[in-house]
Amino acid sequence: MQTDLSVENVTKTFGKFTAVDCVSFQVPQGNFFSILGPSGCGKTTLLRMIAGFTEPSTGTIRIRATDMAGMAPNRRPVNLIFQHLALFPMMTVAQNIAFGLERRKEKRVDIRRKVDRILERVGLPGFGEKQIDQLSGGQKQRVAIARCLVLDPAVLLLDEPLGALDLKLREQMKVELKNLQAQVGTTFVYITHDQSEALVMSDHVAVMNRGRFEQVDTPQGLYRKPLTPFVARFVGENNVWSGSILRTEGAVADVETTDGRIFQTGMSEPLSAGSFVELFIRPEAMLIQPDTGIPNLNRLDVVVKALLFDGANSRILANPVGDDMELQIALPQNRQYDHIRRGDRIEVGWDMHAGICFTVQRT
Amino acid sequence: MNRYRLTLPLICFLTPVILWLFLLIVLPHIDLLLMSLQTENDSGRLVWSLSNYLNFFQEPIYWLTFVRTALYSIMVTFLTFVVTLPVAFYISKVAAPKFHGFLMTLLLMPFWVSEMVRVYGWMILLRESGVVNHLLVSIGLLQRPVEMLYNDVTMVMGLVYTSMLFMAVPLISVLESLDNSLIEAAYDLGANMWSILFKIIIPHAMPGIVSGSIVVFMLTLGNYLTPNLLGGKNALWFTEQIYNQFIASFNWNQGSAFGFLLLVLSSLIIWLGLKLTRQKLSKVVQ
Repeated sequence: MQTDLSVENVTKTFGKFTAVDCVSFQVPQGNFFSILGPSGCGKTTLLRMIAGFTEPSTGTIRIRATDMAGMAPNRRPVNLIFQHLALFPMMTVAQNIAFGLERRKEKRVDIRRKVDRILERVGLPGFGEKQIDQLSGGQKQRVAIARCLVLDPAVLLLDEPLGALDLKLREQMKVELKNLQAQVGTTFVYITHDQSEALVMSDHVAVMNRGRFEQVDTPQGLYRKPLTPFVARFVGENNVWSGSILRTEGAVADVETTDGRIFQTGMSEPLSAGSFVELFIRPEAMLIQPDTGIPNLNRLDVVVKALLFDGANSRILANPVGDDMELQIALPQNRQYDHIRRGDRIEVGWDMHAGICFTVQRT
Repeated sequence: MNRYRLTLPLICFLTPVILWLFLLIVLPHIDLLLMSLQTENDSGRLVWSLSNYLNFFQEPIYWLTFVRTALYSIMVTFLTFVVTLPVAFYISKVAAPKFHGFLMTLLLMPFWVSEMVRVYGWMILLRESGVVNHLLVSIGLLQRPVEMLYNDVTMVMGLVYTSMLFMAVPLISVLESLDNSLIEAAYDLGANMWSILFKIIIPHAMPGIVSGSIVVFMLTLGNYLTPNLLGGKNALWFTEQIYNQFIASFNWNQGSAFGFLLLVLSSLIIWLGLKLTRQKLSKVVQ
């Protein structure tokens, strides 16, 4: 399959500060690729280098096999959707969308036809004559997307465009954006600090931290097999124990935590006895009052500290007995656990293969 | 209830303003209007007449100066805009924010001295025995010094120089409100420098351009010192005609008529300018 965007060993330094540190990745045609990272991790700098607003200090950016070095943004076959959309308030919707086509000196009739067609595609037929300030947040979003897609770019870059929307609309736009991308088949490169946006929409996600890519994988891969503690913490929620390995047996290790518990866990990388580890367990991997017959389960008694009701995302906050560490346990709303009250002592368990173990340097 | 009830603080605040407007603007203009409609008859008594205004149209030197002043003022306004826009763009968008104050002070500095001193500065630079001539002769570009003062080009330059600040301030403030990402978005969508300028920057800056232009135009039209000193005797300005009527000919009635015509002219041109650029006065003066 054709590679639309290829970034090779790109580094960007500002004085002594390295914003992007030797990043390489490739995006095949038609892919929805997300770069996920906390603010200040260098993802915007990376995006601006692809768009052409800043030049990399070293490294090569290729779009459809053409080297982009020294090429100005107005000559690159990529378009950028800005964080605050940057629609032109002095123009109507149709003029906004026609802006790029006019710059290419296309014929008037062609422009009209293309504008009408793209407006229909993003679900705003007949909106051409409206002023920008007459539109709602979601409609502006669609106009911004239409303004770029009408130019048929090789790669569409999106700089957290959903950030300014309220929650409900954001959820809706996530699905819409994903559908739109699937329909038009344009390669999307999307940057965000919101893990749910990245996980829901993307084919592949790169997790970025301090200018480096920590892991590039499918959303499922990131969630199930994070390669670094940063990815494990950043994508999804976790309960974390630190401890050391007592002994290993095949792919299973016994871990003694600092509070004196012993758990069995699967290992994704070979670890030797005595090394210090952090053990991550997702809240939803914790089973409440598991049947006694289930094998390979680490079990512990906890005291319920609080019940956090949040619909499908409800949680129990609990302390292991005799300890003040706080555990998060997913609370399925299937009425099976309605009897649990604050202060109850319950048993929870987790499958040893649900644990993720990383070695850490003891400080 | 009447929301605009006159309270004591409101009266205290409004009285000086109203007095100011009435005593210094309205009253003199009424007097001026009355005077312009009167003329001395053969026996030296004042009678009502339109002859002051008729004089203006019958005497070519008057209305030619008038048209010349209007056209030159429009030209000066346009040139001031062309010269100031890059400066304003540089200060508001290119220069680092920490230099804003410094650059604004540089712009303001010439206005700490009076217009008179500034014009004499230009005269020292440009006169036949001045700095520029001396320099050009000494490096051999000129055989002998030439007179650079007392022509229209120098006068226009002087007027542009005098007006720049009044264009720069509204332009800088309106450009500061322009979101940089709009420029970047246009660039990203394939625009070059010129289409960014004409499609994004100027449409956005229009209220500032118009308000700056109004101020510059009025100041230029009513300027007396600069055209008089830099333009010399061949470069007539309509304010000089008014001055001559009042002071030289001692014909206050004729002078008042000219003054009123200048007022009508500037109002008319500003109204036309607003119509052409489709701006509203209420929006421009904000």
